[in-house]
Parts: sequence; C-alpha cells; structure tokens
Amino acid sequence: MFRFRPDTVLHWTLRSCGLFTVAVVLMILGFLLLESLPTLQHVGAGRFFSDASWHPAAGAEQGTFNLVPMIVATLLTTLGAVLVAAPLGIGSALFAHFYAPRLLGRAYGKIIELLAGIPSVVYGLWGLTTLVPLVAQWQPPGASLFTATMILAIMILPTIALFAGAAFESLPPEHWQAAEALGLSRGRTVISVVLPAARSGLFTAIILGTGRAVGETMAVLMVAGNVVQNPSGLFQPVRTITANIALEMAYAMGDHRGALFVCGLILMGMVIVLVSIAEWGSRSPVHA
Amino acid sequence: MIPVAEVARLWTMRQPIQTLASTATARRQHVQTLASSATVWRQPIQTLASSATAMSLLLVLLLAGCGSQTSSESTTVVLTGSSTVAPLMSEIGKRFEQTHPGVRVDVQSGGSSRGVADVRRGLADIGMVSRALKADEQELHAVTIARDGIGMIVHRDNPVAVLTDAQIVDIFTGQVQNWNEVGGNDAPITVVNKAEGRSTLELFLQHFELDNQAVQADVVIGDNEQGVKTVAGNPHAIGYVSIGTAEYDAAAGVPIRLLPLGGVEASIANVQNGSFPLSRPLNLVFREQDAPLPQGLAGALVEFARSPAMHATIKEQYFVPLSP
Repeated sequence: MFRFRPDTVLHWTLRSCGLFTVAVVLMILGFLLLESLPTLQHVGAGRFFSDASWHPAAGAEQGTFNLVPMIVATLLTTLGAVLVAAPLGIGSALFAHFYAPRLLGRAYGKIIELLAGIPSVVYGLWGLTTLVPLVAQWQPPGASLFTATMILAIMILPTIALFAGAAFESLPPEHWQAAEALGLSRGRTVISVVLPAARSGLFTAIILGTGRAVGETMAVLMVAGNVVQNPSGLFQPVRTITANIALEMAYAMGDHRGALFVCGLILMGMVIVLVSIAEWGSRSPVHA
Repeated sequence: MIPVAEVARLWTMRQPIQTLASTATARRQHVQTLASSATVWRQPIQTLASSATAMSLLLVLLLAGCGSQTSSESTTVVLTGSSTVAPLMSEIGKRFEQTHPGVRVDVQSGGSSRGVADVRRGLADIGMVSRALKADEQELHAVTIARDGIGMIVHRDNPVAVLTDAQIVDIFTGQVQNWNEVGGNDAPITVVNKAEGRSTLELFLQHFELDNQAVQADVVIGDNEQGVKTVAGNPHAIGYVSIGTAEYDAAAGVPIRLLPLGGVEASIANVQNGSFPLSRPLNLVFREQDAPLPQGLAGALVEFARSPAMHATIKEQYFVPLSP
C-alpha cells in the first residue's frame, strides 16, 4: 500500500523546509506590524512624515516623530557607498581575473574573503578612533555623512568584489576563445565581451552590496554623528534608521518603543523594494 | 593561421552557447537573490530576536510570578530597570548567589522607567532606577546603594579651564559656536549630546534646565565609552559622561579632561561627599507597603547591596559608594 521511496521522503522534507522559511518571514512581518500598530494608531502614520522633529520620548501627545531625515540619511549613505564601492569592487575583480598573474589573483581572492569576514564593529571602532579624528581636522565635527559613506563603502567593497569575481568565473570560456579568435585585444575583450556577458551577475553583486549597506548598524552608529537632520552638506552628521533603532531601543518605552518598530517596518519595506529590484534585474535579458 | 571558415563557424556557435550560458547564469542569479534576501533580513531579524527574547523573558517572569504566589519562598530574585545600575547589580547578584546557595538573582536592563513599571505591575521584585523618584512615583520606596556623577569633558589640549553653567547652556543651545567666545582657541565647538531616552541625558537637561529640542548637537552618542572616544578624537569637542568612566579613562592616559562644575572639581571624592552639583542616586525601588525592606530574599539582597562589603565592587564599576 504505502511505499516510502527516497524521492517521496525528500520531496516532503524539502517542501516543509520551504514552508517553514516562508512562515518565518511572514511571522517577522506580522510581529513588526503587531508591535508598531498601537503606536501607528496613537500617533497616526502621517505624523511620521510631517512632524517637526524626532523627539519621541515625550509620548504620543507631546512627542514628535518625523522619520524622513533618517530615511533620507539611510538612502544617501547607501547610495554614496555603492557609488564608491561598485567601480572599485568590479575593477579589482577584473584585475584579479584577467590581468593579475595566477598566483597573485589567487592571493587576492583570499584577502578579499578575509576582508568580508571582519565583523562590522571592528570597522566602526577603527572609524571612530582613526577616521573620524582625521576628518575632524579637516572638516569638524568629523563624524558625518561622508565618514559613514566611506566606512560603508569599505565594508561592502569585498561583497561586490567577491560576487563580481564569481560572475566573471562563471562566464563560459568560449566567450574568451571566440574573442581571441577574432583577434580582439585584452582591453577590448573585457569591455565588449566580458562586461556585457557578466552584466546581470554584476547587477546582483551591486544589489547585494546595497543590501548590506542598508542593514549595517554598529559601524554607522559609531561614525555618522547620529544627529537627526536633513544634511545640507557632505560633512554634516546624520542618523540612519538602523542606528536609530540601536541607539534608542534599550531605553525606549511605550510609543517611543513602538515608533522604533515603525522604523523596523520601514527598513523591511526598503529591503522588499531592493529584493524586488534584484528580481527584476536578474530577469532582464543578459544580452541587449 | 586560422582559416576564415573556422572563424565563421566559431562565430555562429557563439549564439547557442551564450543562450545556454545565460540560462545557467539566470539560475545562479536566482540563488544569489535568495542569498541576498537572507543577508539583508539579518538586521531586522536581530532586532526582532531581542524583542522576542524580551517577550519570552516576560512570559517567564509571569510564570515565575504565579509560582511565587503558591510556594512560600521563591528562590529567584528578579531585578529590572536602569542599564546604568544593571551591570553593578549583576556583580552584586553574583556575590549574593555565592553566599546564598540555591538562590538565583535575575538582572535585566531596560531603563529606569521599566524598573518603575515592572515593580508597579509586580513583574519584578526590585526595580533599578538611576535617579530620584518622581512626584508621581511616591507609592514606591527607594533605597540608595551608590551615587553616580556626570561630568563635562573636553579634550586634554583644550586651554579652557572653567565654564560657567550659563556658558555651558549657551554652548549646548548653539548661542556660542566658537571656543574663542569662552576664552579658548579660535575653533568651532563640537557639541556631543546623548541619545533620546538615556537617563544621563535626562539628568543633564534637568540640571541645566534645558529642553532637548533646544540642544544643537553635532554628534549624538550612545554609551559613555563612545562619548569618551569621540571627545578624545576631537580637540574641539565638549560632552558629558559618567565621572567614574571619565576619571578612569583620564588616569589611563586617554586625552580627556573633566571640567569643574559650579566651582566644584569633578571627582569621585566630590560626588561621594555630595558637593558635586550634577550627580544622581542609584536606587533600588520596591512597593511602599514593603518598606523599609521587602520580605525574604529581595530584602536580604537590598541589605547586601548597601553593606560596606560591597563598596569595593561599587568602585570597580566606577560608581561612588555612599559613605567611605
């Protein structure tokens, strides 16, 4: 009657694993909503975007809850970090794969992997004790949008370099052979064959880096200055959403705490948008 | 020499090979996208995890509360509240456990307000509150176990030796933006403030009768150590941190200097004798009907915490014992 074949067992095991994963995500979303809903009702969703400032400790009536400067800061630091790290990461991966001698290329890979494994708080501490004082000599107070962007760029650089390297590695050797057969120079091959063919892999590398930059907390908390304001220049201190949660969660009560869960919800929304972009990007045709 | 026909053949082969390659790439992409989602979700998950822990702890607390009603003597003392007091009470709790076998002291931080709220709701045996009780908290009884002073710190190379209270208010509200206006070098002042909700901030604002909305901060920090590092790294910064931390770091060679306040030198000794104006009591609070001490183990722990035997432990945590 019943025969448990390995296929059936594996099928159901994997199916339940998949369901569990989805359930975890939905539970997180549900929990965030559950925690932030009372505050959203007390304060009103509109006030998170229209209030004069961010001073939530006084409660729903007297407090102010404007999250816009922090959303702006998160977007700016992320965008800046990606703009700095993407050319560097892709360029260094190109060097390691197509220009460096074999041994050097391999050593380079190991070093990048090492760089990716350093905990973020170490970057933060280095930033706080070395980079911030350095920038402060030039543009006080030192802890600023610029410093946070630099630290984030350093942190996402190995992510982008590793994934760009993987994209180059997965290119079929026929591309290279065909280019060589056509007598193309190395530079021409890289620009006309390798980069277009690896385009969607490079896109994913950048999106992965962006994801890391959006979610990064401790390092940014230590170097960004954490003043809630819309920056008027590159050297103004800013506070990102993740840093806001980390700074205030331990001391928050009532609607202040709820407002931090609203921050979590906004962060979740940003991530969903990012993943959607990644999904759309990887579906676009590889060859234009 | 490659014949032209061979090149042409290679060229026509290019298309199907690329199609295959693109399919493989697309599949790999999908896996990578999944991986990326996992990475970017890490952060909210951590936040959630901490809340989940808090919730499960709450549940445990509720269960523990039910248990203590049925059994005559509970073997766990639960303390919640001020994150300033929590590390000190953890240390004292460990000593207490050593002298009382089978007893567990459970210390959880979460802010002074949580300490008050948890004692009111019966979720904790003792609340930790790093300030004096407010007018609307008079149904609670507080026992002071130590004091903590808050001192203004500047960089060691800053020539400014004294600031009046009015000057400090002007600096923090942005009226004075350059050190040369208060007798220092010609340099812009970097104002270091604490994050919303911290009890150090509350005490600072209360002392200088400031509203946090009026403070024009250049840097906002979390804990004392971050404040010390920020000021040590910026010769033009001014901030305020726990005197115990500042005195220890300054003695260890960190380039910071404590400023006197109201003519009183900022030192542990002056906090101890009560002459330093910006200091706060570290309190253990419980319900008024249990005064002067709660029953059972909770009372024994309060007595233990303020016994002279604990003075060394208090000093180790950079706080100031009540009397020498």
